[in-house]
Amino acid sequence: MKKILIAFCVSILISLNVSADTDGENKLSKKSSGEVKDCFEKVNRATFAFNQGLDKAIFKPVAKAYRVLPSPIRNGTSNVLDNISVLVTIPNNILQGEFKKAGINAGRFVLNTTLGIVGIMDVAQHMGFPEYEKEDYGQTLGAAGIGEGCYLVIPVLGPSTVRDSVGTIANMMGGDPWYNITVANDTQYFSDVDYWGSRAGSGIDFRAKNLDSLDNLEKNSIDFYASVRSLYLQDRQKKIMNSDSITETLNDSDWEEVETQ
Amino acid sequence: MRSKNFLSLFIFIFINIFNINYSYSIEADVFVQSTVNRASQALNNKFSKEEKIEKLKNIANETVDINGIGLYTLGSYRKIISDEQKKEYNTLFEKYFLKSFSSRLAEYSNPEIEVISKKKINDNYTIVSSKLVATEQRPEVKIDWRIYTKNPENLLIRDLIIEGLSLARTQKEEFASIIQSNNGDINALFATLKKFINNN
Repeated sequence: MKKILIAFCVSILISLNVSADTDGENKLSKKSSGEVKDCFEKVNRATFAFNQGLDKAIFKPVAKAYRVLPSPIRNGTSNVLDNISVLVTIPNNILQGEFKKAGINAGRFVLNTTLGIVGIMDVAQHMGFPEYEKEDYGQTLGAAGIGEGCYLVIPVLGPSTVRDSVGTIANMMGGDPWYNITVANDTQYFSDVDYWGSRAGSGIDFRAKNLDSLDNLEKNSIDFYASVRSLYLQDRQKKIMNSDSITETLNDSDWEEVETQ
Repeated sequence: MRSKNFLSLFIFIFINIFNINYSYSIEADVFVQSTVNRASQALNNKFSKEEKIEKLKNIANETVDINGIGLYTLGSYRKIISDEQKKEYNTLFEKYFLKSFSSRLAEYSNPEIEVISKKKINDNYTIVSSKLVATEQRPEVKIDWRIYTKNPENLLIRDLIIEGLSLARTQKEEFASIIQSNNGDINALFATLKKFINNN
């Protein structure tokens, strides 16, 4: 029954994804499918306000307390969470045809889990492995040319798109080995608490790293919702293109029209 | 005597070439580093927050193409509004930008930014890459600067791209959202800008 429900949700989301593209203001790259439409803006804004309330009541105070911890503890926690995320990155590397990266990440995971003591220490980085780049199913769908669909704000989880939500659901349909051994299957070593604890930990770690910048953005934004939407969509675009090169992700055409000299 | 004249001529030509090449134009990476150094000095803790804001506004006025950013952030609306509205917008945007920019930066104290490299995109733009050095509280941050190089004697900053996210584009989409939420009425943006400018 649970699987039928999930399959139904995925079908609905994919159909929305197909029908809802273009028209919006958030133009993506020259390689992107078009524009991201905020089809459910009223609901999204309400959810955003709810998430902000939740953030002020829970996430922000916890992130502030977390930031007081000594940096070796914070770095160790961050490393463990990154190490868990490698389990989703590897299948996505393979799906994107990046077999070399999949091999490197498999090596990274083995080294960090064993010598790095469940990932507390990033041994692979010290051994000269390339910088770790997270991949997920939303990015893989994007790399395959599937459009973003409508912009969504999900309760608790925050900004997303229809495509990225499908990617998240894929994690729970067997795509995330960490989910499989904690929640989906009963194993004697792990339980649901481990999975949801790691998800909450990732959220708090992210919030703590961006405490000042998000506060600053909120204080100086005239439409904070629109700013967060823009930043989320830009970030996803950058990650899908797997590009550190700024010149590849910027669309210059609008700048070229602005002449002031 | 002939060789003395030749030497004088050589020195004259050398000095002129030197002047043409180096006196008036400045490389984009040097421009960014010098701007960053000025901003760092302005953010020194010996100054009060108000003094910091005033100093940052002066730096922004000299080094940022506020007018250009304002036109960019208007997006497609810059083609349909009247000259009078454009004039009002330019005035409001400048005030908004200086307030927003200076109060964003004034929160930081002595940020350490290192310029790493530069890449010329075309005759009008060079991207300068830099990094904000990590502290105990936050990780290293990559910052790229879009420098408007059309006039090599007067380089100007047009955008900051932080970890691949463009501040100008974010601003543009924020403005577009406000106008769209008000059925395309540009006056709604003006009212929002005025409210921001007049708030403490």
